[in-house]
Formats: sequence, structure tokens, C-alpha cells
Amino acid sequence: MKYQTQKLAYPYFVAALALFLVQVLAGVLAGTIYVFPNFLSEAVPFHIVRMIHTNALLVWLLLGYFGASYFLIPEESECEIHSPKLASLQLGIFVFAALAAVVGYLFGIHEGRELLEQPFWIKVLMVIAFLLFIYNVTMTVLKGRKTVVSIVLLLGLWGAAIFFLFAFYNPDNLALDKLYWWWVVHVWVERVWELIMAAMLAFLLIKLTGVDREVIEKWLYVIVGFSLFSGLLGTGHHYYWIGTPEYWHWIGAVFSILEVVPFFAMILWAFYLVYQSGRNHPNKAATLWSLGCPVMAFFGAGILGLMHSFPSINYYTHGTQLTAAHGHLAFYGAYVMLNLAFFTYALPALRGLQPFNQILNMWSFWFMTGAMVFMTLTLAFAGILQTHLQRVLAMGFMQIQSQIELFYWFRLGAGLCFLIGAVLFIYSALGPVREQVTISRYSQSPSQ
Amino acid sequence: MAEHFTKSAARNIFYGGSIFFLVVFALLTVHSHFYIKNVSTDESTLTEAVARGKHVWERHSCINCHALLGEGAYFAPELGNVWVRYGGRENAEGARMGLKAWMRAQPTGVAGRRQMPQFNLTEQELDDLIDFLEWTSRIDTLGWPPNDAG
Repeated sequence: MKYQTQKLAYPYFVAALALFLVQVLAGVLAGTIYVFPNFLSEAVPFHIVRMIHTNALLVWLLLGYFGASYFLIPEESECEIHSPKLASLQLGIFVFAALAAVVGYLFGIHEGRELLEQPFWIKVLMVIAFLLFIYNVTMTVLKGRKTVVSIVLLLGLWGAAIFFLFAFYNPDNLALDKLYWWWVVHVWVERVWELIMAAMLAFLLIKLTGVDREVIEKWLYVIVGFSLFSGLLGTGHHYYWIGTPEYWHWIGAVFSILEVVPFFAMILWAFYLVYQSGRNHPNKAATLWSLGCPVMAFFGAGILGLMHSFPSINYYTHGTQLTAAHGHLAFYGAYVMLNLAFFTYALPALRGLQPFNQILNMWSFWFMTGAMVFMTLTLAFAGILQTHLQRVLAMGFMQIQSQIELFYWFRLGAGLCFLIGAVLFIYSALGPVREQVTISRYSQSPSQ
Repeated sequence: MAEHFTKSAARNIFYGGSIFFLVVFALLTVHSHFYIKNVSTDESTLTEAVARGKHVWERHSCINCHALLGEGAYFAPELGNVWVRYGGRENAEGARMGLKAWMRAQPTGVAGRRQMPQFNLTEQELDDLIDFLEWTSRIDTLGWPPNDAG
């Protein structure tokens, strides 16, 4: 760690991991309710559990991005963060808003629009925290060295802040509501977050492989370019059945195919760079996560998403468990793994240690990734069956649910394995250190 | 290609292309906005009651169990066409009474069956919510869902 203010990342990562645990626990609880429908049905009904599950995910990923930005921007800009005080204030506001939201949900206080459930005043606090952050990192980048990594990251963060403003627009016309709801929901996760993802991955690859920055940055432009070209109009695959014009059918299909390209390019990019460098970075666990991330993102977000993006297929599969299968692997592969890769890389430096508990960390990788792949497969099977029974044979929804219960049991099992993996990760990242080796050799390594 | 394709070329393609696609996306959205208002939904019947019903729907976060036009939690049935499923097109009064009776009877407490919470909606709220669902069923969704099962 070369700059003092990089330490600002540490509390962000801790808060992110705490919310990660909340998210996984809520997920396991939701999976339990699927197989024991009466479980907690009075105290914490399913819709509240689900709200906590999805909201905790979004907030901890954002906390991860904030922390990662505070960690990488000083190194990229070669200067300290503009105002450490603002960074602490921002963390305070954001964590307070997140906790207030979760407590409020438990008491049934929410706005009830899927994923944008936060009450108005919490949305306002989030925007304030976001603006403080944007101001802080933008000032830092402006006064220091401007690299492609930090510019692309800033564009992603600005985009996330600007497109969030559509969360405040809620017209009475449901079709219009949905049209703009996707401006936040799709344009965030399939667009601006991909800029953040590519920038963070580029930073990790520069550090882990030591390959010439020029080469990495040129391909960074190509990848994020492709992701924006395909992803903006790729929103079309959400506009098939909500009252929008029919031209979105072919636009959605064509650009959904193109959306796979940047994910595939990211795999080639990461593997080529790691292979080409031939350098053994001491933090093998971080390399594992950095390579796993684009691979799972390609399958989860790219391939599984593409499979039912064609209107002719989507007509039957839309709104079934197939969507849930795709959503789980897409979020895990693209954004969860990205943040865990970054934490694995940065936390040893932040704690002033050599990369430690690597074996445990790598076990957590296989536990979580294996569990998530299995969960995705079970939900995909459930979804295919559901599609046939509901959309072809026109059987009633609840009748079908009892036919696919076996898959929900498998999903619950996978969820429990994932929980074990998550606990292992948190323990390996923040837990006690058995073998504390002197820091000198690590900090002198140019690869730090 | 490697020699000709420079970093600044990559950068220019990135900025130029992104702005181009953002503008196209914005224009198509504007067109879709007016298409929704004038063609695919019936704004003349978007009454105060329908708007209030939408807020009842949101206040109780129905979307985190049910799906509406295919988006939601898939824990409970699709409701974009529930009005049609209850026979509202043929017998509006019957469908309204059926939906009200269903919501009042919750939770059913049937073992092994998913439970819908009792939201204790007033008569007015029930009517508003049903007006909203009825209005939603008339959005032109290009023939989706494939059948009444949702």
C-alpha cells in the first residue's frame, strides 16, 4: 500500500462483507420458505425476506465498489484521496441508510417497487452519499495522473449515480413505470456496472500479472465499448411484453447476442494476460477469483441470459424459474466474484499482512462457485419443467409448484453449501492470522 | 491489425459509439413513451381508483411474491392477467367478488401450501386494487402470456 488514504477502503469492505452475510442468510431463509411454506409466514413473510435478500445484495456490491475505488484510485492517480473526511461521512450515511432500510422492511415500511423498495428519504440519503463519493473521487482523479482504468471507473460510477435518479420517477401508468424502471435496473447491472467491473478487473490484472499497462488499457476500451454498444439497446429484451412497440423484439434479440461478446472478450483478456505474464504473484487466491469471475459471468450473464432473450423463446420462458436461474449465476459471476476477488487482493495489504489463509480462501471459492452452479442448474431444470406445464399445457401455477418441489429442496441444499462458503471466505479474509510473516518482502514486491 | 489499432483509436470508438447508442436508445424510448400513452394502454380509463390501486399494490409489495407482466418474484402466480383468469371479461362482477373473497380468506393455513399474508385491506382498497389489476389486463402485451395460466 503506497498511499495512506487507501486505508479508507477497509471499513467499506468490512461493511460489505457483513451485508453479504445478511444477503446469504436471507437467501437461505427464502429457500427454506419454498420447501416449508408456513415457516415464519406470520413473523417475516416471503416478500419481506426477498426484499432483504435483493436489497442487501445491491447495497453490499455498491459498498464494495466504493471501497475498491478508494483503494485503487490513489494508486492510479498517484495521489491521496481528496477528502478522507468526506469518505468517512459517506460511509456513515450509506451504512445508516442500509440498516434503516433493513429494519424498516422488517416492520413493513417500503415503497414496494421491486428492487427499488427503499423509502423516499432513504433513496435521498443514498443519493447524497453517492454525490459525496462522486465528488471525492472525481476531485482525486482530476488532480492526479489520469489512467484509462480510473476514467472508465469514474464513467461507471457517474452512470450509476445518474441512472439511479430514474428510481424517483413512478408514473401511474404501469407500462410507463416499467419502461423507466428498466433504465435503472437494466442499465445499471447490464451496463454501467460492467464499466466498473471491467475497470476493477483491469486494475487487478495489471497488479497480478505485471503485463504492460498500455496493452491492458487498450483492450479495456474495446471491452467496455462493446458492452455499452450492446447493452444500451440490449434493454430491448425487457421490453417485449410490457406494452412497448414490437420493434423491441428484433432489437432485443440482436443486441442480446452482442451482449455476450464483451463477457467472452473478458475471459480471453484475463486468461491471456495471466498466461502471458508467467509471473507467480504471491496472492494466488486473488488470481483464482480474477479468472473465475469472467468465466462465471460469461456463463451466467452471457449464455444463460442469451438463451431466453429471443422473443420466440422468451414468450414461453418469461417470468419462470429460468429467470431466477439466470439471475443468480449472473449476479454471482459478474459482481459478487468481482468484489470477492478485489477483497482477496486488497485486504492483506490493508491489514498489513502477507496474503494469508489462501488455502481457506480458495476452498471458499470452490464451495461458493460449486454451490451456485448447482443452484443454477436445479432452478434451470425447474424452470424448463414449469415452462412446459404452465405455458404449453396451461396448468395452474400452484399445481405446478408442487410438481417441482424436489428442485427447491436441491436449491436449499445448494444455498446451505453457499452459506458455508461465504462464512469460510469471511473468516479467511477478516479472521485471526496464525502465521504472521514480516511484511517487508511483500511490500517491496513491485507487484503489490 | 495490432500495429494499426492504437489505444487512441480504441478510445475514440468507445466514446463515439457510446454516445451514438445512448442517443438511439433515448430516441427509441421517447417513441415508446408516446406509443404506450397513445396506443398500447388506455389512459382515458386510468382513473384515480386505478392509480390508488397501484399504490395499494406497492404499499404491500405484492411484487416480491407475485409477478406482474412477467416481472417479480415467481413465488406466487402471475397477476397481469388475473382479471382474465377469474373470468372478468365475461363476468366483471363475479371476478371482482371472487378476487375479494380470495384476499379476505388469506392466509388459508392449508398445510404445505404457500401462504399469502392477510393485509386487512379496506373495501375501498380492495376495489382500487382490483381496478388496477383490471386496467393492467388491458395493456397490449402483444399476446403475452400464452394462456390464462399466466
